[in-house]
Amino acid sequence: MTELVATTPGLLPLPGWAKEELSDLKGHQKSDLIDGTEGADVTEAYERVRAEEIEWQTEAGLDRVVEGQGRWDDNIAHPLAVADAVDTRGIVRYYDNNNFYREPVVVDELAPTGDAADELTAAAGVLDAESSPLQAVLPGPYSLSDLATDEHYGDEAAFVEAVAEFLTGEVEQFPDVETLFLLEPSLVENPPEDGLDERASEAIDHVAAATDADVVCHTCWGAVPEKAYAHLMDADLDAIGFDFVSDHETNLYNVTEYGTTDDIALGLVDGQNTRVESVGTVRDRIEWVNEQIPSQEFETTYLTTNTELFYLPVNRAREKLDVLARAAAGEEEVTA
Amino acid sequence: MSDGWPEAGDSGRGSQTPTTAADGGADVREQFRPDDHPTDHFLLTTVVGSYPKPKWLNRSEDLVGDEEYDFDEEHIQEAHDDAARLITEEHERAGLDVVCDGEMRRNEMVEYFAHRIDGYEFNGPVKVWGHNYFDKPSVVDEVSYGEQWLVEEFEFTSGVAARPVKVPITGPYTLANWSFNEHYEDEETLAYELADLVNEEIEALVDAGARYIQIDEPALATTPDDHAIVGECLERIVDGVSASGANGGSLGTDGVPADVRLGLHVCYGDYSRIYPEVLDFPVHEFDLELANGDYEQVPVFQDPEFTKDLALGVVDAHTAEVEPVEVIKENIKKGFEIVPPERLTISPDCGLKLLPREIAYGKMENMVRAAREIERELDAGEVDVGFAATPADD
Repeated sequence: MTELVATTPGLLPLPGWAKEELSDLKGHQKSDLIDGTEGADVTEAYERVRAEEIEWQTEAGLDRVVEGQGRWDDNIAHPLAVADAVDTRGIVRYYDNNNFYREPVVVDELAPTGDAADELTAAAGVLDAESSPLQAVLPGPYSLSDLATDEHYGDEAAFVEAVAEFLTGEVEQFPDVETLFLLEPSLVENPPEDGLDERASEAIDHVAAATDADVVCHTCWGAVPEKAYAHLMDADLDAIGFDFVSDHETNLYNVTEYGTTDDIALGLVDGQNTRVESVGTVRDRIEWVNEQIPSQEFETTYLTTNTELFYLPVNRAREKLDVLARAAAGEEEVTA
Repeated sequence: MSDGWPEAGDSGRGSQTPTTAADGGADVREQFRPDDHPTDHFLLTTVVGSYPKPKWLNRSEDLVGDEEYDFDEEHIQEAHDDAARLITEEHERAGLDVVCDGEMRRNEMVEYFAHRIDGYEFNGPVKVWGHNYFDKPSVVDEVSYGEQWLVEEFEFTSGVAARPVKVPITGPYTLANWSFNEHYEDEETLAYELADLVNEEIEALVDAGARYIQIDEPALATTPDDHAIVGECLERIVDGVSASGANGGSLGTDGVPADVRLGLHVCYGDYSRIYPEVLDFPVHEFDLELANGDYEQVPVFQDPEFTKDLALGVVDAHTAEVEPVEVIKENIKKGFEIVPPERLTISPDCGLKLLPREIAYGKMENMVRAAREIERELDAGEVDVGFAATPADD
């Protein structure tokens, strides 16, 4: 029987007090956002954010706990926004959402910053790793390069490889983590063309190889096109994550037609709607997916929201954490 | 009303959609020319809508409901009236032909309406970018018309204004798309339900005397594939309103005057993904943000031919420097690459509310100066750009 693991793709909403306090401390303009050089008072506020967000997850009973990525003002483009070789420029749209981030423009050779590693180390310090294993979250190399502009490397393939090398350098500095979620929404939203699809898969494989943790490449907002999906299957991943909220049919088609990894991540709870799914609904959906894939029994099934959680107000985001944890725990009780 | 939804490239566009005096539709523009307008040419100058609130108004809004202060709903109403009067006057002082109150009574373009529509609830702020948040509402029940939306705002503003007043109203697609939909089967259904409410409001505004209504649909830029849904929303909105005549329907149905000018504002997106489909929308005018992208998207609107009026963004709403008159004049001329002068409206890219107030004012003032100078040059036959070029005398 598959082990159900309740988790999230990270990027939780800031607690209400932090939205106000940090906006007062930092300001509202694009030059006020996190660039990796914040002062003591801002750092201290984020420490409280981290502790609170970790508490939300442990209280809910999630099986993997994320740092929360409260500092990621630029959403998943954050790792570049704090890198030296990067200028952050105008505000640009974050996929097809009413959200924006600062366009990171790579103007020199990228070097890892240790920024995500520092956050994870801090998270590990306030977490009981025995009962709540830590999960790292990073953008995948394809999505990060897609969200950025290259003014240094000169060609698309070289740029994806450089971003993969940069992310590999970040992963190598991580403390011990149980799982790494690589978020790759661009594989769906702006899929790689012929030739680049193979490079994208190699880049993901390159980053995944940098850690002993289980690596989940998570996608959302639809399904990866067939050919890019077939290439993605060549990467050495423990699991691929699917958005079954926005498009269960095409995702299921990919899985049944091209197979999938030994483990699977199921985005079954909507990270962009305040309507809170019942535990029963989520269990029914897990059962439905299993019925549709009779040929495969997954060792681990990660149960997650389809998207990051920052799109939601805090109350609903926390209720969704509860639903995920209870759905995963409930299933274990039934089969025990 | 047209039946069904035509596909992009269907023949007959233009000939079947008379929208302006230039192509045989009702002239809904000339009514805004001031009696003492000094030139033959008339480039209608206006704004998109929002304007920076005076600091004292923001402070006053914070005080309502705070027990420490004796400041209640009646006081904030007075403050809103004062601010609306002040900012309407500020628009007139800048020389605009059509003004508004800078949306002094509105907090945010979706929240304001969601508070007035039954069926919405609020759960708390969500991130837009950085530390800018939006109290994104959830639709948890059937939506229905609650308290009045904009009629009181319009009546007050037109009562204090010496110039005609434009009413910006958030469109149903944006109201749907920028809400969490917990109740309806899909967003499209919600958008159509909201369109019926917007229709009700626009009829009430027209009854109150409004003659220039701008529907704001910025969400179309985020999900351009939904242009057909926006089109259907607009058909529902104009149902019974005179502007349905703009798309081949009958003029002046239900006794509504035929001279209501309807605009659509869409900003910050890739327009090639919604053009030329939007030409089928039953509106007279498109209000577009093009200064921000340095007019790189102008060619999008040149093929096929643009058949509506164009409200061209000629100043950037997100740079805190006032563009010099000479720069704005060049921006205005970009518009002539799309439409002739009699179909060009001059406007900022978007609402100015995020700018410092003196910068917002400076942009409006220079924008009007630039328009008046171009009008004089047009009268003198000195503009040699696109549709404004005088034919050679040979």
